[in-house]
Amino acid sequence: MPADRMPLLDVRDLCVSVPGNGGMIPLVENVSFCVNEAEIVGLVGESGSGKSVTAMALMGLIDSPGVQVRGSARFRGQELVGMPAKALRTLRGRDIAMIFQDPMTAFTPVYTIGWQIDEQIRAHERLTRRAARARTVQLLAEMGVPDPARTAQRYPHQLSGGLRQRAMIAMALSCRPTLLIADEPTTALDVTVQAQILDLLRGLRHSHGSSVLLITHDMGVVAQTCSRTLVLYSGRMAESGPTTTLFARPAHPYTAALLDSIPPLYGSRPHRLPAIAGVPPTPRERPAGCAFGPRCAYVHATCLPAPPALAPIGAGQLAACVLPAEGTPLPPRTIAQGMQP
Amino acid sequence: MIPALLRRLGQTLLVLFGVSVLVFAVFFATPGADPTARIAGRNASPQIMEKVRREYGFDRALPVQYATMMKKLFITRDLASYADRGELVVPQIEQAAPVTACLVCGAAFIWVSASIIMGTLAAAFRDTWVDRTLMLAGLVGISIPVFWLGQVTNLITQSRYHDTWLFSWVPGLGYVPFSEDPGGWFRALVIPWVVLAVMFIGIYSRVLRADLVALAGEDFMRTARAKGLSPTRVMLRHGLRTALVTFVSLFGLDFAQLVGGGALLTEVVFGLPGVGRLTYRALTNLDLPVIMATVMYSAIFVVVANAVVDMVYLLLDPRVRDAR
Ligand SMILES: Nc1ncnc2c1ncn2[C@@H]1O[C@H](COP(=O)(O)OP(=O)(O)OP(=O)(O)O)[C@@H](O)[C@H]1O
Ligand code: SF4
Ligand SMILES: [Mg+2]
Repeated sequence: MPADRMPLLDVRDLCVSVPGNGGMIPLVENVSFCVNEAEIVGLVGESGSGKSVTAMALMGLIDSPGVQVRGSARFRGQELVGMPAKALRTLRGRDIAMIFQDPMTAFTPVYTIGWQIDEQIRAHERLTRRAARARTVQLLAEMGVPDPARTAQRYPHQLSGGLRQRAMIAMALSCRPTLLIADEPTTALDVTVQAQILDLLRGLRHSHGSSVLLITHDMGVVAQTCSRTLVLYSGRMAESGPTTTLFARPAHPYTAALLDSIPPLYGSRPHRLPAIAGVPPTPRERPAGCAFGPRCAYVHATCLPAPPALAPIGAGQLAACVLPAEGTPLPPRTIAQGMQP
Repeated sequence: MIPALLRRLGQTLLVLFGVSVLVFAVFFATPGADPTARIAGRNASPQIMEKVRREYGFDRALPVQYATMMKKLFITRDLASYADRGELVVPQIEQAAPVTACLVCGAAFIWVSASIIMGTLAAAFRDTWVDRTLMLAGLVGISIPVFWLGQVTNLITQSRYHDTWLFSWVPGLGYVPFSEDPGGWFRALVIPWVVLAVMFIGIYSRVLRADLVALAGEDFMRTARAKGLSPTRVMLRHGLRTALVTFVSLFGLDFAQLVGGGALLTEVVFGLPGVGRLTYRALTNLDLPVIMATVMYSAIFVVVANAVVDMVYLLLDPRVRDAR
């Protein structure tokens, strides 16, 4: 494949497992996706579906004893899986940066915001303290932080959640990374701040040329932000494809159920996804067949023996469900539809 | 600032009053504690007993006796011991305090450095043999009674192996003032320092390791790693620095109680004439003025140390600073 068409991040069959129950428990199984230059890709799923584990595995940040990461994740052609710790460390923070769900706890409490951003800059570039601070202040300003020079001298607990998340994004962008992994960057924030932060992330493509892997459990956020979407369920891929296609013609009943649970555009937005009846299985008790089976309205005998393979539906869409192959695909979503056929 | 200082001063006075009344009351409630007989000497005639009683004011009401004692201790500073032929108490404390301070400061230096190194290493190499060995060593340190350890070291360095090259430098038991002979001062104190530090090294390194391991799961430690910092930097600048907040408050209290006389066993074993040994002797003689003076000294120290810890705490933790 020519270099200019090579995706920025190309993940193939990523598997993460941890020891337990006398064997290895798979947390994430065979996840594949890619992120192109200056693209925002959504990674969606309910709590516990393995979104964070996937992101952390890419960054080499899982440090539980005995963890196994298999498969391949090529970042600009470099293999991340199995990369020596030292080489990975120079990529981390410089080329791939990450922002986390909870800005309240993501900064070290005993240092000022500015100190912590300076630290990251100086870890990757030979700059004087003064030059680093100048860049920090400029970044904070770009992220819409009022009075950036003074804010840089404040401690994390002295800032509001929204400001802290802006500072977090400023820190993540401080070394001009080409890929930003944002793990539920807006979950802990209230609705107006949430919209501002999403705007900020959307703008990064143009202002910084960064691609974003946006992790969220909120289909509404995906619709507003991501060009392509990957739906995870219980550590396995349920469906992936262009966001517009997925929203118009979901091929997997789980995607359809997620879409049905998008809260109304007006009115208060619930903190977590409104319930699809039941809960996803934990990694330990994942069923042999389709993991969504126990909660699926269309479940039948062919779903049960083995997990359905991810199969192309058309136009870049993939789904791990037996329905399309059996000639009974879900109807397109012209009107809002419930779970019952 | 001023109101805070005044409040602290008020607290101090209240603590001193409470403690002194308690010591006083317990002393006079103890059967056989009547000091008259001991001052007058064995087989003293009733007349002499009566004279002593009047002279020392033991015939007055207890509150009056208490007030007199406090006045002599804090204002005229001429409180005399009931034993030792009426030696003045305040100078005794003034002589003993530097000895204790030297002993405790040296030990504190050793235990803080050693426990920071051990705790950090153990946390960095968590669940490996390094961790297990260090933490086992810490546990052993905690379980050895300081008195026993002191006796055994004495046995080895003073008599059994004193004549070998290894321990011939060890001076006899006792203290050498720094102003007289710095080298002798060091040689006299280095073994007591280590012996006193052993238990604290055990406690502190285990506490620090536990703190660091708990912190390792914190979000900000993950952020620090995601920034591309080296593991050493993550551990020291983010983990250890944050853990120091708890470490320091623990340290302040232990340090204060040791300087206030809590190093008693070490001082007795090594024959160091410090505050602890003074307290010990006063207790065995039931010598109220000295007991009272040492207890007051110790209480003042604990209160002062608490104030210092609070201040350091403010320096270390910006969250606490703002909560004020
Ligand atoms: N280090 C680990 N060891 C064992 N199990 C883990 C580990 N990390 C995560 N898990 C399990 O893996 C599953 C997926 O976790 P993950 O954090 O990726 O979920 P998530 O999709 O990010 O959910 P959320 O929306 O709550 O953040 C969960 O069941 C979790 O308990
Ligand atoms: S494979 Fe079967 S159980 Fe799984 S989502 Fe499709 S229809 Fe439902
Ligand atoms: Mg998560």
